[in-house]
Amino acid sequence: MTVQQAMGDERVQSISTWRLLLGRPELGAVAGTFLVFMFFLTVAGDSGMFSARGTLSFLDVAAQVGILAAAAALLMIAGEFDLSIGSMIGFAGIVIAIPAVEWGWPLWACILLAFATACVVGFINGYLTVRTGLPSFIVTLASLFVLRGLTLALTRALTRLTVVSGLGDLAKEDWLAPFFSGYVFRGLFQWMGSLGWLQMRSDGTPLAPGIPMAIVWWMVLTGVFTWILMQTRFGNWIFSSGGDPVAARNLGVPVQRVKILLFMGTALAATLLATIQVLDAGSADTLRGQQKEFEAIIAVVIGGTLLTGGYGSAIGAAFGALIFGTVQVGIFFTGVDTDWFKVFMGSMVLIAVLFNTYVRRKVAASR
Amino acid sequence: MSDNASYLELDTVTKLFGSVIAVSGVSFAVKLGEVHCLLGDNGAGKSTLIKLLSGVFQPTTGEIRILGAPVSLRSPRDALDRGIATVYQDLATVPLMSIARNFFIGREKTVGRGPLRRLDWDFMQRTAREEMAKMGIDIRDPRQAVGTLSGGERQCLAIARAAHFGAKILILDEPTSALGVHQAAVVLRIVARARARGLGVIFISHNVHHAYPIADRFTMLNRGKSLGTYAKSDISRDSVTEMMAGGKELIDLESELRTIGAV
Repeated sequence: MTVQQAMGDERVQSISTWRLLLGRPELGAVAGTFLVFMFFLTVAGDSGMFSARGTLSFLDVAAQVGILAAAAALLMIAGEFDLSIGSMIGFAGIVIAIPAVEWGWPLWACILLAFATACVVGFINGYLTVRTGLPSFIVTLASLFVLRGLTLALTRALTRLTVVSGLGDLAKEDWLAPFFSGYVFRGLFQWMGSLGWLQMRSDGTPLAPGIPMAIVWWMVLTGVFTWILMQTRFGNWIFSSGGDPVAARNLGVPVQRVKILLFMGTALAATLLATIQVLDAGSADTLRGQQKEFEAIIAVVIGGTLLTGGYGSAIGAAFGALIFGTVQVGIFFTGVDTDWFKVFMGSMVLIAVLFNTYVRRKVAASR
Repeated sequence: MSDNASYLELDTVTKLFGSVIAVSGVSFAVKLGEVHCLLGDNGAGKSTLIKLLSGVFQPTTGEIRILGAPVSLRSPRDALDRGIATVYQDLATVPLMSIARNFFIGREKTVGRGPLRRLDWDFMQRTAREEMAKMGIDIRDPRQAVGTLSGGERQCLAIARAAHFGAKILILDEPTSALGVHQAAVVLRIVARARARGLGVIFISHNVHHAYPIADRFTMLNRGKSLGTYAKSDISRDSVTEMMAGGKELIDLESELRTIGAV
């Protein structure tokens, strides 16, 4: 009897492990990434796209989307949207640039001010959503316009321009700025260059000087958010808040607090990206970040997260962002007109949603 | 505490919403290890009673007592802390989450401390499986989504969860109404197991055929008032049916239909 039971258990276990693999939300995105890489390796394998410099350039594009997508994924799993991410990027940019350039604040104080502002904006988005019961789509659509308008109006009122520049030199002397700009593993890249593994410039530095901070942040955020989702109480609260808010509340989950915190998370991620971009460019443009909210949502959806909430993953969003970056840069290397990029991404979203709906039905099908 | 004492008592509880009397002077008591059935048609005040007992509403007049001491149940969490757990029909589980995740929503077990504090998956999966097994349902894998379970098994999860977290009184809101005959039988069996484990069960239903086999006592509600509490030995299935609103109406309907057929 016991032997039979053990055997029976083992058989069941192997089936369910296969089912669990099928049930992972990021399955589609991983498969998609594989296909995209196969395609570009075949079509553009010898074009320099997969050199160290080319790889870092598409990873950098992916990272910019991926930072936003990681936070947006958590929020979407909790059943809400944030359309104001893009406007928040522009807004955070001028919150850093105006005090630093116009008023002579130290750069680190401006960066901290931007993150504090993001907390307030995120809190307002979240509070309005949970208090009014309105769809977050509407609430954050409003803040999309309000923030972009504020960005333009304030910048023009204070500087009479729409671009605030002159941050480049400030960043060099600041202690906080290196966390958001420049490269890591410079020594390693230099060493690999000296061995002849990397293409070098004529002055003896490698063409790819190191790993950009955006990529580091992308990896760290994806790792931390995956940990939160899979291994913490808060992760369980996120899933239940999106899966069934009424049931979650009945069971003692502080659904409103969870959602407000996640709205603050997306605003903070937008500010992180804004800081990276502003320090990288040395200027803040009031139009920065337009349509970034959609790119983030695209990456999240391709990553297998359900628009309706309750199901998804941060790793999936990272793969979604990777597909985004690879295709955007890859199209350039293949020599195809880059106008086709958006056609491709739009189709990808549609395919991903169809695929995810199918998988979800498989996972949670009633017997 | 003696075995015969009531754990939870309602004493002439009335709930008004403005000028509407939702519940009027209802009294009954529930012991541990019994199934107390609240029967009533739609609009009899069952839902309001549940919400009074689970701390969503507070009575306008009257008293709720636990172990003889008057209590005020200020919130569902408050009621839960006093051992009163409510299992709502469809609002108890999240289909896309795993069984183990569902079992511990809001009361996750963690190990480690600081930033390394993490879910104790081994414990959570083992416990979910064991507690479901105690209720007579063998799950294949606690990592599978609750959506793969049948309706009866989901009710079982909610009941096992309440029992595991120390509930003394289970309030089951129409646990069988959305289920077929077979699944309803599954749930009734689980209710019997919960009773055998010493829990008091308040079983709310409008279906006499599901309620009668499992119940020890009945309290009949009609239009916000109690028609009295009866032990099962004192009342037959037919009289229960008759006492519920609809019992008389059904008999009237029967004779009316007979007349129509005769014409």
